[in-house]
Amino acid sequence: MVESADTRDAPRVKMRTRRLKLWYGDKQALAGIDLDVPEHRVTALIGPSGCGKTTFLKCLNRMTDTIDGVTTEGSVTLDDVDVRDRSVDVVQLRARVGMVFQKPNPFPKTVYDNIAYGPRIHGLAANRRELDDIVESSLRRAGLWEEVSGRLGDLATGMSGGQQQRLCIARSIAVAPEVILMDEPCSALDPISTARIEELIDDLRTKYTIVIVTHNLQQAARVSQMTAFFHLGRLIEVNSTAELFQSPAESMTEDYITGRFG
Amino acid sequence: MTDMTQPATSVHQSDTSRERLRRRYGRERSFKIISVSALGLTALFLVILLGSIVLNGWSGFLTTKLRLEVTYSTKHLDVEDPANGNFRMIILDALRERFPDVTERRELRALLGIVSNRGTWDVRDALLDDPSLAGGSLELWLPAATEVDMLNKGYVDRSAPEELRLIDDRTIAWVDAIDEADDLATVFNWTFLLSGDSREPELAGVGGAVLGSFWILLVTFVVSFPTGVGAAIFLEEFAPKRRWVDVIEVNINNLAAVPSIVFGLLGLAVFLNVMHMPRSAPVVGGLTLALMTLPTIIIATRAALKGIPPSIKDAALAIGASPVQVVSHHLLPLAMPRILTGAIIGMARALGESAPLLMVGMVAFVVDLPSGPTDAATALPVQVFLWADSPERGFVEKTSAAIMVLLVFLVAMNGLAVYLRQRFEIRW
Amino acid sequence: MTQLILTLALICLAAAAFLVGRRKAIGVTGGRTSILHSRPVYHGWYVALACGLPAVSLWFMVLLAGDWMIDRTIVAALPGELREASAPILQRFLNDAETLAAGGIPTIEITPELEAAAASFRRLTLLERWVGFSAAMGLGLIGAGFAMRRIDISRRTRQPVERVLLIVLLAVAAISVLTTAGIVFSVLFEAIRFFDKVPFLDFLFGVKWSPQIALREDQVGSSGAFGAIPLFTGTILITLIAMLVAGPVGLLSAVYLAEYADPRHRAVAKPMLEILAGIPTVVYGFFAALVVAPALREAGIMVGLDVASESALAAGLVMGMMIIPFVSSLTDDALAAVPDDLRDASLGLGATHQETVTRVVIPAALPGIVAGFLLAVSRAIGETMIVVMAAGLAANLTANPLEAVTTVTVQIVTLLIGDQEFDSAKTLAAFALGLTLFMVTLGLNVVALRMVQKYQEKYD
Repeated sequence: MVESADTRDAPRVKMRTRRLKLWYGDKQALAGIDLDVPEHRVTALIGPSGCGKTTFLKCLNRMTDTIDGVTTEGSVTLDDVDVRDRSVDVVQLRARVGMVFQKPNPFPKTVYDNIAYGPRIHGLAANRRELDDIVESSLRRAGLWEEVSGRLGDLATGMSGGQQQRLCIARSIAVAPEVILMDEPCSALDPISTARIEELIDDLRTKYTIVIVTHNLQQAARVSQMTAFFHLGRLIEVNSTAELFQSPAESMTEDYITGRFG
Repeated sequence: MTDMTQPATSVHQSDTSRERLRRRYGRERSFKIISVSALGLTALFLVILLGSIVLNGWSGFLTTKLRLEVTYSTKHLDVEDPANGNFRMIILDALRERFPDVTERRELRALLGIVSNRGTWDVRDALLDDPSLAGGSLELWLPAATEVDMLNKGYVDRSAPEELRLIDDRTIAWVDAIDEADDLATVFNWTFLLSGDSREPELAGVGGAVLGSFWILLVTFVVSFPTGVGAAIFLEEFAPKRRWVDVIEVNINNLAAVPSIVFGLLGLAVFLNVMHMPRSAPVVGGLTLALMTLPTIIIATRAALKGIPPSIKDAALAIGASPVQVVSHHLLPLAMPRILTGAIIGMARALGESAPLLMVGMVAFVVDLPSGPTDAATALPVQVFLWADSPERGFVEKTSAAIMVLLVFLVAMNGLAVYLRQRFEIRW
Repeated sequence: MTQLILTLALICLAAAAFLVGRRKAIGVTGGRTSILHSRPVYHGWYVALACGLPAVSLWFMVLLAGDWMIDRTIVAALPGELREASAPILQRFLNDAETLAAGGIPTIEITPELEAAAASFRRLTLLERWVGFSAAMGLGLIGAGFAMRRIDISRRTRQPVERVLLIVLLAVAAISVLTTAGIVFSVLFEAIRFFDKVPFLDFLFGVKWSPQIALREDQVGSSGAFGAIPLFTGTILITLIAMLVAGPVGLLSAVYLAEYADPRHRAVAKPMLEILAGIPTVVYGFFAALVVAPALREAGIMVGLDVASESALAAGLVMGMMIIPFVSSLTDDALAAVPDDLRDASLGLGATHQETVTRVVIPAALPGIVAGFLLAVSRAIGETMIVVMAAGLAANLTANPLEAVTTVTVQIVTLLIGDQEFDSAKTLAAFALGLTLFMVTLGLNVVALRMVQKYQEKYD
């Protein structure tokens, strides 16, 4: 799936972190991460559990703000503006940088209301027609329209796990984000649902910049163009996915991708 | 549909979006302010409630006494029996000596009225302590009547027209004269803490009610604690998982939410009408409250037993202990702090409860201190209820003071529960 | 008191049997207790139970049956005209004889008959006590001796002891059910007697309530004076006012505590709510009567409104204060049960905290919150002291919160305080009201508890 054209052109950097450090209380979880996230690419973050990849992901849309006792240092930029700058509002940031969580978490509302939630709070639709359009196009983009078009009024919590997760993706698309962060989106799903979501991720790349955390190396290889390897809060190596998997520069990366630890 | 293919700047950075964001943050702020004010309002309620009780009640712990030089003139005494004398006349003589210009009968009676009825007993008791006083004289601090007490504590508006005051100008003049001679004192009101009820505010005390509450709680505890713990052990550890056990369970949860007055009706119908137990006796009140407290204790005990990890039970069973031994040697001792905590909280609730006690006749006017669970008695909260109904100004401060005593007991019990929880609770 | 001491004596006997039994069990092993089948302590219990169970049961039977027999004997010895007297008079006579026998002051004049009855009462009671006690003691000793003989190394005493224990535990567990049954039957029984005198529908739908007048005219029921509608509306009015205070304030306090407050603020606010919840209702009642009602009256005069000195508003406001912690803690629980996933999802979409709370968290917690409100309503309906002290006795059929109204619980208390005859419609009406109260609160509780249970299962 890796298209050679993508790796040849040097794409614009959408998000960038410099010397990003993070502490939970007095326990350091990130030790100075420098990473560029290229626009319209899928960047995969891999590494053993507890290595800080999910924490790093949450720094990108400041979901870390919701955790008590977290302190950060360094910079995170979106289109070259520091997201922690006073001029950047966290609500606006999260509208631009959406997130899909590990466990599907639809609201206990109808399918329609789940998708319409974001556009409603951000005022993206002037009237009901526009809202209907956003809901439909988001569901189509998430490949869910065929399955749920007749059941928009049903409770979203009654759907299957794979459907719920695609609903969550549709829900974040509906807000018209620029970046979508995905935190192990397939870890709670069966292989067939996983395959559908991987296809979807590849589709979405044309419109959005995607950062995905995964513990599944094959998945990283299948869906991403860039891969970053984290270990114990450090970024060990980052490269194009093909390069990183075929000829890792660091011996630790090699040990990990060949299954010697992790 | 709006163009979603990568706008030059995101829709979220447009001016309308910014304007909207400003309003959203406005709502956020107001919502937070409203929530905090709700809590603040609650705090304000609490402050006003406790504040008004303390402001009204602190003076209930004080009482006014006046110093009199009493002469045990033999003409008022019975030579045979020192306890039998006209001690009112002795006090009156002492007052007359101080205010020689008062001669008219009605005036004299009013003058005698500034000393509480209790004063005659104090005069008598002094003589009984020292019979050699007969014929001699003694300086005594006698309790003032409630009107004088109120005047001394500043509850009487001197500027109000005389007919609207409960104390007339003449009496105020007498009291002021006594006060100027430094013979008026405000002292701690031991009577209030130690005696039973009285029709006279200055003689009324919570002692009887405290003892009554003690006997009630003793009965409540003795009945409900073993029963509740036993029932909980059975339901949690030995009951077969059958339908009727679910019925008991649902039943207990519902019982915990039944209004307390309904338990009073039950106590009235069963303990008084069917079993003919004595009315107004702590044993009946205690049994009624025991039924009310039982669900609380059962629920607390079950929660405590549930909180013990199954591994402990498995380990004990694996070394050959019988299920009864597992419970008595392992589960019960481990669960005991939480059980006791729950039981104390249940007892505190029972201490504050009055409605069921009204139903079983514990609203009697009881002067004597109850010496056992079958003596007529009243309870502290019921005493508050009774005094709250009294029209005399003197009972307002007594009511508030009795509430303060009640609250002190409640705070102590809850404090003990918190202490037990923190000191002994094991976190798994 | 003597009964209590004698009962304690029997228990001491059983305790002694325990010690003797345990000692013998240790004795038969010659010190090597491990060869016993059952631990020595079980042998002790075995002997104690064999001694105490029959002794105490016999003693209680004597006490229960004996009193009845004494009453019968005394009545039989009474002169004719007294013996023929109606049951309440006879009962009163017997009570007074008992009081006199105990050295108290009877409520009726002391007659030779009464003194004779008191004398025989004293004599028979003494007889009952000592004969009964000796028999119980003897039975206990026989039981203990029998059990002692059976102690040996291989005797299985653990099983029987544990079985007795389980039966005792089962019995105490059944008490809770018996309590419910007791409530239902005692209240239902008296209520049925009431409905014999006053038609059920007149009670439920009548709009005039004045039990005192009905009693004086001795014209029960026909005057329609037992119509409970004014009590129901009064109860509903006060409950409504209380919920209008406690609902929003309790809900918003809980929202602040669950969603905004940091642990430091919670550590202050939580105990504050617990204090508010722990204050006895009689204190709230006093506060309502002493502070709130006069304040409302003054305020009313200032704006030219006539506020009754025992207005529904005063009682309702204070009851609302009392229920705030109840609503707040149940709402807090419901909000805490909403998984953080949902909050993250909402925040991750760029919602503000307020949008998350009002559009996601509260709707998700709604069943739990509603259940909490139902329990609070049930609490308000059954609350007694505040309304007894701050609401009136006047059964006004009104929706004006500034007027005095009365409630179901106030009337129960009023009808039952003081001297009562157990056959008058006035007294029985209290039980009919109690039955209504019990049914309504039970219904609310059952619905609410089921909702809570379903709600918790949903997020488990």
